[in-house]
Amino acid sequence: MTTIDDRPDVAGGEIGQPRKRKEDAHLLTGRTTWTDNMVLPGMVHLAILRSPMAHARITSIDVSAALERPGVLAAYSGRDFAEIQGSIPCAWPVTPDMVNPGHPSLAVDQVNHVGEAVAVVAARDKASAQDALEAIDIDYEQLPVVLDMEAALAPGADLVHAHTESNRSFTWIFDSGTAGTGAPIDEVLGQAEVTVSRRFRQQRLIPAFMEPRSTVVQPQGDGFVMWSATQVPHILRTMLSLTLNVPEHKVRVIAPDVGGGFGGKLQVTPEEVITALVARKLGKPAKYTESRSESLMSAHHGRDQIQDITITARRDGTVTGLDVHLYADMGAYLRLVSPGIPVLGAFMFNSIYKFDAYRFVCEGVFTNKTPTDAYRGAGRPEATFAIERIMDELATELGMDRMELRRRNWIRHEEFPFTTVAGMTYDSGNYEAATDRALELIGWDELVAEQAERRARKDPVQLGLGISTFTEMCGLAPSRVLGALSYAAGGWENASIRVLATGKVEVVTGVSPHGQGHETAWSQIVADQLGVPFEDVEVIHGDTQSSPKGLDTYGSRSLVVGAVAVVHAADKVVAKARRIAAHMLEASEDDLEFAGGSFSVRGAPGNSKSIQEIAFAAFAAHDLPDGMEPSLDADATFDPENFSFPHGTHLCAMEVDTETGFSTIRKYVCVDDIGAVINPLIVDGQVHGGLAQGIAQALYEEAVYDEEGNLTTGTFVDYLLPSAADLPSFTTDRTVSRATTNPLGVKGVGEAGTIASTPSIVNGIVDALRPWGINDVQMPCTPERVWRAIHSGAEKSGRDPGGTVSWGGTSTTTSDGSGATDGGQL
Amino acid sequence: MTRVNVKVDGTAYSDDVEPRLLLVQYLRDRLGKVGTVIGCDTSNCGSCTVLLDGLSVKSCSVLAVQADGASVTTVEGLSGPDGALHPVQQAFHDHHALQCGFCTPGMMLAACDLLRENPNPSEDEVREGIEGNLCRCTGYQNIVKAVQAAGAAMSTRANSAAAVSDSIASVSAVEASA
Repeated sequence: MTTIDDRPDVAGGEIGQPRKRKEDAHLLTGRTTWTDNMVLPGMVHLAILRSPMAHARITSIDVSAALERPGVLAAYSGRDFAEIQGSIPCAWPVTPDMVNPGHPSLAVDQVNHVGEAVAVVAARDKASAQDALEAIDIDYEQLPVVLDMEAALAPGADLVHAHTESNRSFTWIFDSGTAGTGAPIDEVLGQAEVTVSRRFRQQRLIPAFMEPRSTVVQPQGDGFVMWSATQVPHILRTMLSLTLNVPEHKVRVIAPDVGGGFGGKLQVTPEEVITALVARKLGKPAKYTESRSESLMSAHHGRDQIQDITITARRDGTVTGLDVHLYADMGAYLRLVSPGIPVLGAFMFNSIYKFDAYRFVCEGVFTNKTPTDAYRGAGRPEATFAIERIMDELATELGMDRMELRRRNWIRHEEFPFTTVAGMTYDSGNYEAATDRALELIGWDELVAEQAERRARKDPVQLGLGISTFTEMCGLAPSRVLGALSYAAGGWENASIRVLATGKVEVVTGVSPHGQGHETAWSQIVADQLGVPFEDVEVIHGDTQSSPKGLDTYGSRSLVVGAVAVVHAADKVVAKARRIAAHMLEASEDDLEFAGGSFSVRGAPGNSKSIQEIAFAAFAAHDLPDGMEPSLDADATFDPENFSFPHGTHLCAMEVDTETGFSTIRKYVCVDDIGAVINPLIVDGQVHGGLAQGIAQALYEEAVYDEEGNLTTGTFVDYLLPSAADLPSFTTDRTVSRATTNPLGVKGVGEAGTIASTPSIVNGIVDALRPWGINDVQMPCTPERVWRAIHSGAEKSGRDPGGTVSWGGTSTTTSDGSGATDGGQL
Repeated sequence: MTRVNVKVDGTAYSDDVEPRLLLVQYLRDRLGKVGTVIGCDTSNCGSCTVLLDGLSVKSCSVLAVQADGASVTTVEGLSGPDGALHPVQQAFHDHHALQCGFCTPGMMLAACDLLRENPNPSEDEVREGIEGNLCRCTGYQNIVKAVQAAGAAMSTRANSAAAVSDSIASVSAVEASA
């Protein structure tokens, strides 16, 4: 077995050191435990037949011919499971009257999106199972396809679900006047000196984690063990128990090596339920692994909003009101937290600015597309995009410098803690410092001069400067807030620490990493807390049997909530050890000091006991204080009192070729303030990867449906994940405003890059094209869209409101909602 | 069924396979070489990249029967017999060039082939060279750094090895002439 020896100088403690990762050794050498690697004796392999229709009634289905195929043990349609499969759970009923049509794992009578599972075959090997799918006889009666959100809400619209009254799932409203966090919006809108309104589109994206989803289920007694490529083993266990009516203590879920998630594996999937049903029915272990094409059309999608944004200001540039109306595409069904995703954005549209009044209205809409749910940032990228884009538009309207407008309106560093018009209390931050540093790093003034010069000489390649001064909310979440938002669960996190007889340390965490490096970071934290070597700490996670309590990894919560639970558990261990040390040293606990892993008596140097000695004493238990349990361990559950609010300034220099429409990122600078940093190597990696995904939304990625509801970007040939050649190297830096709401001072970093970068890029492109009178280019800003924007004037870069028409299709409305166009369809 | 004789990571195998069986399926399902992974079905992602007689191939776009008589190196055969990491593996570790690690085996083997052709690539040459391998976690920045660092480390090692053999050769020449 390969081992890696890394010993940086850690005289100043482990926290803050660029420790190379513990996780790497097995990943670098191929000794991995991806779910699809698992083979169990007697295991059957599953293949799933998926609907080729976006909306149809299943008039007949017959799987019997599949059973005649070689190696096939069983085949089932939805009708076989109708009574036992329950419904894929939605844990976030955002309003009391929210409509949830129910979500069978295997379609029974009707299919509602292309890719929906309709039948499953179990065979001795994967190829036999796949071969047998073609023997399944199924007839569909086509139903009208609903794709466009606004058309879906119109009176008399065709229904996605015939048993619902309309295609509306919910309308969620926040108004600062009603909430008491600001003035009533109508008052402010009515008195506005300047009003700017825009419609922005958040195109539909696909999380596209690199490891396709895979699930193995082994029936065991009355219950089962599931290995799954999931971000959320704990949530999955509880939800499977409720969905399948198997007692929770009979279900064990294991997340082994998991190859990325980005919110895409924050789910209870139909495939997981189907695999469990088949395994239990056959009494044999079963495995299902999706192909990439299946993944792209059936794993949940993200974003997909139409955003109508109105901002008001005084002539001097002071913003007064923000009015947000969203259409949020839920797709065909509600999955685990689908409705909550756009609602999370409600608290972020006002961002770092001081508004008098704010209104947020979100309508959740059903369409015949793949359901949407969490994707990196989950509600906050959409909000950040809208506010940062509209601030640029407002500056243009006012004839004001874009950064000056932001400075005039943002919360100044001396104003923290600051309660916003959306009711959030930001604990700390320094927007001035991050912005000044970013401006310096990118050489802003020189770029401004160069832009003027190139504009003057009508350079065919124009320079645009992009700005995004963002904040976000991390650390999901204070349980009482989640309760107020009608989320079904809490937001706490659990950890336990066991100091073993030999002084080695096991840390059990309830968060579930899938690439983030928690084993390394948690080891650094515990090494400092207990004064033990980094190498002596083992981090255990991702198995509901060995880490029984937790709420898993998403929403940049692992460090801010999960690691704080680790700190609290370590505090308890130290308190326990102190009692034993006092007994061993025959001193008063109050006279002991703990440093570098040893307790010593104040004023009596040389008289000390190490935590390892104490651990052995606790294990031997020959002579412990009266009433002391013979173990050195502790358990802690931490429920945060507030979210954390990372922020930063992201700037970019975009080169836009006005002859080809091709945009190139010449330079990208970001200065993030994520509070205290545990491991800068890991932090930079998170920022880089986040930037890549945010930039990909701006320039490359879009899930496109044709007018029949077929996903035309159903493979990696068409869904354009950026490669190394499509991205630049980024300049990253940090300022540090420690969080005041947790003992580590940390704020979270998993989503920052994604949230901040998208508007920066689009603002840069639009800035380059201002001389053409262009004030928007819809994402992704492909060369064709940019070229058409230039050649057809302002706001002609749109696509239809459903975002659903493929290249060359017929347009219905432009981005400004002004009606049909010719050739505006991109 | 067709017979294939293939050497994988130094071990010889002889198997009857269906003609349609892909090399990656043969590696994973028949040989248990699960370090090599499947990330897509259109040969876009490069996760399954291995070396076939020293040249990188996407093992999802090669039939097992096409590997007959060939030698295959997977991620599991990259480190030395003593377990020492290959310079590319070491550089990926040193530069935090992996997060979830799923693309990493293919990425490293693509990098090996790139460095074979171009031992000292520029940043742009690395970016173009690994274009066929997708990563969703890292934004590629640290992968690019790692590949360049591995190239430098391998060049240094090759130069010092060459220097040693040169000096041995010159010593032998001196001895022969004496």
